[in-house]
Amino acid sequence: MVHTSLDVVDEKISAMGKALVDQRELYLGLLYPTEDYKVYGYVTNSKVKFVMVVDSSNTALRDNEIRSMFRKLHNSYTDVMCNPFYNPGDRIQSRAFDGMVTSMMIQVC
Amino acid sequence: MEGLTLSDAEQKYYSDLFSYCDSESTKKVAAHGRVLELFRAAQLPNDVVHQIMELCGATRLGYFGRSQFYIALKLVAVAQSGFPLRVESINTVKDLPLPRFVASKNEQESRHAASYSSDSENQGSYSGVIPPPPGRGQVKKGSTSHDTGQPRTSADQQEPVSPVVSPQQSPPTSPHTWRKHSRHPSGGNSERPLAGPGPFWSPFGEAQSGSSAGDAVWSGHSPPPPQENWVSFADTPPTSTLLTMHPASVQDQTTVRTVASATTANEIRRQSSSYDDPWKITDEQRQYYVNQFKTIQPDLNGFIPGSAAKEFFTKSKLPILELSHIWELSDFDKDGALTLDEFCAAFHLVVARKNGYDLPEKLPESLMPKLIDLEDSADVGDQPGEVGYSGSPAEAPPSKSPSMPSLNQTWPELNQSSEQWETFSERSSSSQTLTQFDSNIAPADPDTAIVHPVPIRMTPSKIHMQEMELKRTGSDHTNPTSPLLVKTADLSEENKINSSVKFASGNTVADGYSSSDSFTSDPEQIGNNVTRQRSHSGMSPDNTAPPPPPPRPQPSHSRSSSLDMNRTFSVTTDLCVHTGQQQAGVVAQPPAVPPRPQPSQAAGPVVHRPVDADGLITHTSTSPQQIPEQPNFADFSQFEVFAASNVNEEQDDEAEKHPEVLPVEKASDPASSLRVAKTDSKIEEKTAASAPANVSKGTTPLAPPPKPVRRRLKSEDELRPEVDEHTQKTGVLAAVLASQPSIPRSVGKDKKAIQASIRRNKETNTVLARLNSELQQQLKDVLEERISLEVQLEQLRPFSHL
Repeated sequence: MVHTSLDVVDEKISAMGKALVDQRELYLGLLYPTEDYKVYGYVTNSKVKFVMVVDSSNTALRDNEIRSMFRKLHNSYTDVMCNPFYNPGDRIQSRAFDGMVTSMMIQVC
Repeated sequence: MEGLTLSDAEQKYYSDLFSYCDSESTKKVAAHGRVLELFRAAQLPNDVVHQIMELCGATRLGYFGRSQFYIALKLVAVAQSGFPLRVESINTVKDLPLPRFVASKNEQESRHAASYSSDSENQGSYSGVIPPPPGRGQVKKGSTSHDTGQPRTSADQQEPVSPVVSPQQSPPTSPHTWRKHSRHPSGGNSERPLAGPGPFWSPFGEAQSGSSAGDAVWSGHSPPPPQENWVSFADTPPTSTLLTMHPASVQDQTTVRTVASATTANEIRRQSSSYDDPWKITDEQRQYYVNQFKTIQPDLNGFIPGSAAKEFFTKSKLPILELSHIWELSDFDKDGALTLDEFCAAFHLVVARKNGYDLPEKLPESLMPKLIDLEDSADVGDQPGEVGYSGSPAEAPPSKSPSMPSLNQTWPELNQSSEQWETFSERSSSSQTLTQFDSNIAPADPDTAIVHPVPIRMTPSKIHMQEMELKRTGSDHTNPTSPLLVKTADLSEENKINSSVKFASGNTVADGYSSSDSFTSDPEQIGNNVTRQRSHSGMSPDNTAPPPPPPRPQPSHSRSSSLDMNRTFSVTTDLCVHTGQQQAGVVAQPPAVPPRPQPSQAAGPVVHRPVDADGLITHTSTSPQQIPEQPNFADFSQFEVFAASNVNEEQDDEAEKHPEVLPVEKASDPASSLRVAKTDSKIEEKTAASAPANVSKGTTPLAPPPKPVRRRLKSEDELRPEVDEHTQKTGVLAAVLASQPSIPRSVGKDKKAIQASIRRNKETNTVLARLNSELQQQLKDVLEERISLEVQLEQLRPFSHL
């Protein structure tokens, strides 16, 4: 399902012809037929995509929350990128990053 | 096997060992490999080992699962204590000491410790130098060294710590103590320190060949990387010391590589409890680090780019993951480059790691680089192109927004406060670093620091208002630049007024809307500035005007805009008011900040710029040029008026004061650039106009300004309505301004001129303030419309994809 959502994100990106890159792609609505989950997409200026899959069982997260989560994610990601020892493409092993993500997820649940 | 009950210490110890053996993290440990070594290290006869393995079920399963492993360890302890091995003995034997393992790992540890002392001297190559001995990496070294090495190491490390805790006494603490030891960089086996540890060692060594401390070490984190060079260093000197204490076996191993390390440095370093605290850096170490820094970057105030640092630290042969972690810890401002402090911290961490100390999760206090001025960090332009940097939202805006003159000043403040947005209006508060700010070309850094706070930006202006209040009080502080001093004082007063205004208007908006707050404040401030500046020269309006931070639509925008603003200098305050987002773009003036908001706008300003350039001759010319970038339609019109008026007025005075004003304005410019405030822009334009006018031709500059203004109008749909009003207002202002010029300039009567200009400025101020509030209102309305449109868009968007 993540791959499906990636396809959708790509589609959205290509659809946005405008120069303005909207960082916040709240792709709400991709509710897979059987599984009720929502997928949120977020694209950075460098075409790095963040995909967040949320279970719809818990009260749908507000748009703002999703946005803030993506923002935090983005910030942490840039911090990870700053590390010269990190090769883009590798699995991110930064403890700080993981910690941030974990805390974010805990916060939501 | 039946259930196994373990005490806490045992639990910890076993899990450490398990993770040590489980190098592949598969949660099961093959019978061969580490486990076998481990058991052999337990110094038990082979048959006992086999028996243990059978008992724990490993032979049955073919591998050691976690439970099997634990059982096995327990059995080892049982065996070591002399009890017969039986299944029941697992739980029946109480108070078992932790199993001791003297495997080669210990040796490596010890070697590690040994090398610790040796390195210090090597300054040349990193590998050689690294004072901290490779330590862990030694594992490869192999087995000859034995516990002696290990206990030695631990002893060394314990030395500062305190009583050698023999494993038996406090098994639970052994892992802890080990860790504690690791905190003491001094570990090392320097000769001198050895003397101290020496006595420790012997009892230590006797106490347990496989002190749990050693075990703890093993279970350490990453697999010891090959640290040949390190080892070699350590080998020689430490070995010498070790020799005295321990059997030569250790030494053989360690001295594999020849390292002529002087060890003196290392030793000293080691001794000096570099980790005292446990992470404090001793002077010798610091000196060493500084020298290393110099080899990479001669300028001690400069930065080491990430790539160079990467190479350097890679030489230490630590695993990339650890280096990555060290980098994360030490790159405090997250700029991808290391300052001297950061470098020392990183180096220190590497040394510690090599000595077997675990890396902390957070940077220790003593290693924290002093939070320097933002300028310093801001100047880290080493890696401007950092990924995602541009993306990092918020940061930029916060700093950008500060209103003009104080923009620069506020930057540092802004950076520190997440409420960048709001604070910018508090220009006055920032009075300090105007000059610094100018040099801050990379607001990014401060921004990055602000990163976290950024989200706060979104909060309603209340917080922002508070910030403003704070800033306002802050602004009362002296301004380094004299002109600013005066202004800031005034501004602070004005700000108060402004802030109140702002509260009224901007509170509810979201992100981009907060700028409106700034707007309100800015215009007023600008007015104040104008007044003030008048007293200085006549150009004053420029300085004050800048403040209106462009609405910070997006963090990235603001960043760029702020930069630009600084450069462009409030003169033109072209920051023009774009609603929300645009401002960032607008601000992005010449300074290469991609004018985000709209390309068209950029085009406009560009066009404008050349025109302005003509008009401006003196240094002010630069600012006007930059100002054009910010289409401040309204401003331009006013600009014209002002220019005209200014021209008429004390040109002489102004001309003199221009230099002062301009720098000031420039300083504020960056700040103001962020916040594009229509009214502000107007004011700024006026000031800008006055500046150019004073400089030379009065009329020429006027001509250009109108153009951008017009252009701007076209580009911004949203702004259109506002623009219209704005233009109307500008018309009003123009009228007001026009009336002023008529005052003849008294020749040589500075005082009169000043007073007159003050008077005019005040009038203008009130008018602008009024206009400002009206525009603010318009802005809010427009923003609300925008919000609703966006909501609709979002609602429609999903459908479009279905």
